[in-house]
Amino acid sequence: MSEIVGPISVTILRREWTISSNIVHIEPLVSEVVTLCLEAGLSPRACRLNIPVAFTEALSNAIVCGNNEDEKRNVTAKFELDAASLTLEITDDGDGFDASAVNFSPADGNWLEREDGRGLFLMRSLMDRVELQRPTNGRVGHTVRLVLKRA
Amino acid sequence: MPFVLETAGDVVVVAVVGQLVVGNRQEFKQSVLDEVERGARRILVDFSETGYVDSSGLGALVSLNKRLRESGGELRLAALNEDMRTLFELTRLDTLFRLYASRAEALAQF
Repeated sequence: MSEIVGPISVTILRREWTISSNIVHIEPLVSEVVTLCLEAGLSPRACRLNIPVAFTEALSNAIVCGNNEDEKRNVTAKFELDAASLTLEITDDGDGFDASAVNFSPADGNWLEREDGRGLFLMRSLMDRVELQRPTNGRVGHTVRLVLKRA
Repeated sequence: MPFVLETAGDVVVVAVVGQLVVGNRQEFKQSVLDEVERGARRILVDFSETGYVDSSGLGALVSLNKRLRESGGELRLAALNEDMRTLFELTRLDTLFRLYASRAEALAQF
């Protein structure tokens, strides 16, 4: 005897933004994403710490390192939230950044003295998964995908 | 106003209102460096009204700490909320700075 199972209802919230490569656009966009997350019931701590800091780092990398703050170049940010997780996908329009060159950790001897180089470490520490995707087929633009599981 | 500067004896207190992030870290850094240029050697950063700090903000603090040490001064931090303490612990910067629960406690021991 077969059992007919009805479609599972899963609400997926999606948004997408394109901003020019100026750091002034970071805070308003981060604030908008945090508001969406709070309204969707993500944990207050994730909305205060993990999401804003990791998203700020990814946008900052895309604007400053990927696009060299060239305002003619854009950054796109995709937001997807479902019952299981939040995914933020940030894509620059330029040369991206060499993850191996900024892959610092507290185990490094000069970690406490360096002014920069903590961004990737923070993203990896605050999110459940961080994926770095290089462009293929001659395209430009690197993508950072941040995934945070819902508690 | 993202930063409020006040003087308590020979300590310059800088309150960060809102975030300390890539968008304002240069302004923050310059505000403190201007005070150092004017002779300040004891700087206390008060985070009681701060939301979050990113790696650029942390970097600015590290840079200012180094600058002050070279000048014979010191940078101390007060009133970090639980989330900010987590950031400092993750990055081990809690071992670089003296952290105080409140502005009053920090000033009493500076």
